[in-house]
Amino acid sequence: MSHRSKIFLYGLLLVLCVPFVFPTWWMITSSFKPNAEIFSPSLWPSDWTVEPWRQVFTMQPFAQQYFNSAYIAVVVTAGTLAVAAMAGYAFARIRFPGQNALFLIVLTGLLIPSEVTIVPLFRIFNSLGLVDTHWPLILVPMLGPPSVLATFIMRQFFITLPGELEEAARMDGLGRPAIFRKIALPLARPALGAVAIFTFLHSWNLYLEPVVYISSQEKYTLPQALTQFTDAYQGQLWNVQLSAASMTAIPVLIVFVIAQRQFIEGLAHTGLKG
Amino acid sequence: MTVVMDRAAKARSAPSGPRSFWTTRRRDQLTGYLFITPALAGAVAFVFLPLVLVVWYSLHEWNVLADTFTFVGAENYRKLADDPNVPAVLRATGLFSVGLVVFNLALALLLAVLLNQKLRGTTVFRVLFFSPVVVSLLAWTIVWGFLLQDNGGINGLLDAIGVDGPNWLRSGGTAMASVVVVQVFKNVGLNMVLFLAALQGVPQELYEAARTDGASAWTVFRRITLPLISPTILLTSIITVVGSLQVFAQISVLTQGGPGTSTTVLVYYLYQQAFQFHAFGYGATLSVLLFLIVLALTVLQWQMRKRWVFHES
Repeated sequence: MSHRSKIFLYGLLLVLCVPFVFPTWWMITSSFKPNAEIFSPSLWPSDWTVEPWRQVFTMQPFAQQYFNSAYIAVVVTAGTLAVAAMAGYAFARIRFPGQNALFLIVLTGLLIPSEVTIVPLFRIFNSLGLVDTHWPLILVPMLGPPSVLATFIMRQFFITLPGELEEAARMDGLGRPAIFRKIALPLARPALGAVAIFTFLHSWNLYLEPVVYISSQEKYTLPQALTQFTDAYQGQLWNVQLSAASMTAIPVLIVFVIAQRQFIEGLAHTGLKG
Repeated sequence: MTVVMDRAAKARSAPSGPRSFWTTRRRDQLTGYLFITPALAGAVAFVFLPLVLVVWYSLHEWNVLADTFTFVGAENYRKLADDPNVPAVLRATGLFSVGLVVFNLALALLLAVLLNQKLRGTTVFRVLFFSPVVVSLLAWTIVWGFLLQDNGGINGLLDAIGVDGPNWLRSGGTAMASVVVVQVFKNVGLNMVLFLAALQGVPQELYEAARTDGASAWTVFRRITLPLISPTILLTSIITVVGSLQVFAQISVLTQGGPGTSTTVLVYYLYQQAFQFHAFGYGATLSVLLFLIVLALTVLQWQMRKRWVFHES
C-alpha cells in the first residue's frame, strides 16, 4: 500500500471515529461544566465543578437506584447462567422422550419479543400484587425471552463437545450431574462468558419494563432514574443528568476496555444467534 | 449396542426389587427433565401463556381503577381499523426500520472494509467503533439528545462554519432521521464485527486471481466480495429489522413520538395506549399486530434462507 493511501485511510478512520467517541467524551466533560457553561461548545470545561456530580445524589436516591440496577443485573445474570446452562446441556447431550418437541417449545420463545407480552404480563403481576416491586424485572428476563436465547446459545455450544470426554467420565463412575458440573461446565467458560456479558447488559439497559412496572423513586433502576433530573419547571438539568449518565456508563466502559476481545466476540456471537 | 447392554443390565437386576427401576438410562432421562424444567417453565409462564392471554385480552376491555374486565368481542379490532393514527404509526415504524437497516448496513460494511485493510492499529479503531454498544443505552440517548438540542453541540458546531442548523428533534423533517442516526451509531459496531468476520473468510486466492486478471478494486469488491458475504448481509439485515421493531427508549427520551406522530413507532404507540391512556384492551390488540409483523418477518427470513441454500448448492 502506498504511503499516500495509508494516510488517506487513517484520516478517514479518524473522521469516522468522531460520532462514536465524541458523544461519550462530551457526556463526561459536560458533566463537569457549571450550568452557565453547559451549552458552550468548549471541548474542555473552562470552569471545572463537581457540583453536578454531588447534585445527582441529593436530587434522587441515586446510590439506592444504582444498587437496584446492579443487584438486579447480577441476580438476572447468575440465574440466567444457571437456567440456560442446565437446559442447554440437557437438550444437547441427554436423550429423553419428547426432547425435540420440548426444545421446539422453548425455541419459539425466540420469536416473541417481550414488547408483545408486556400487557398481559402487567395484568398478571398486578393481580399478584407485584407491580412496583423488582420481581418483574428479575423474573421476566431470567426466565423469559432473553433466557431462551441464552439456552439456545448454550445448547449450540454443548453440542460441539466431544462425546469421548463424557464416556471416560462415566467409566470413572461419575453420574450425569457430576459430569455436567465437573466436565461440561468448565469447558463451557467462553460460552458462559458471552451469555453473561449479553445478559448483564440487557438487564442494565432495560427501560420499557421499569417504566411500566416501577413507580416509586427509591425503586427506580438507573435507566429510569437518568431521565428524571429536571428542575421545578420540568426543564432538564443537563449537567446533573450527564453526571448520572457518566456514572452509569463509565464502569461498563472500563470493564469493556480490559476485556474488549471477550466483549466484542461474545456480543457479536450472541447477536448472530438471536 | 447400548440397548443390548441396557437390556442385559435390566435382566440382571430385575429380581432385586424396586431399586432396579432406576437404570442408568432412566436416571439420565430424569436428570434431563429436571435440567430443562426451569427453562421450560419460564418459557411457558413468561412467553406462551402471555401470548395466549394477549389475544384473549384484545377481545376485552380492562379498567384498572374500577377493576372491571368485560368482553367486547371484536370492538378493539374495529377500533384498530378505524384509528386514524394507525397508518401514521405503521409508516413511522416502516420508515425507522428501513432507514435503520440501510444506514446501519452501509456504514457497518464501510467500517469493516476499512478495518480489513492491512494497517497498523486497526484493533484500536475496532474498539472505538464498538464502544457505543457497551455504553448504557439511556446514557447514549441522553447525550445525543443534549447534542441535538436547538442550542446544543451540533448546532454550535454548524454555527461555527456559518450554517444555521434546524431544531433536530422538534421538526418533522429531521426528527426521524435523528433517531435513526443515534441508533445506528449505538449499534453499528455489532454488524461491523460480523461483516469483518465474513470478509476475513473470503479466500485470498480469489483476490489474487482477480488482481492478476487486472480487475479494479471496485470490480473485485462488487464481483467477489459482495456475493461471498451476501449470506451475512441477509442475516444482519434480518437481525437489524427485528431489533428495530423493539425500539422504545430512544423514542421516549428523544422525541416522545413527536413532532405530531412522526416518530411514534408501534411499540411506543402500544405503550402510550396501554400504560398512559390505560386502554389495555386496545394495547393488547396493538401487541397482536406487532406479533403478526414479527411473525411475518420470521417466515420471510426462513423462505429467504431456503432460497440461499438452494442457490449455494
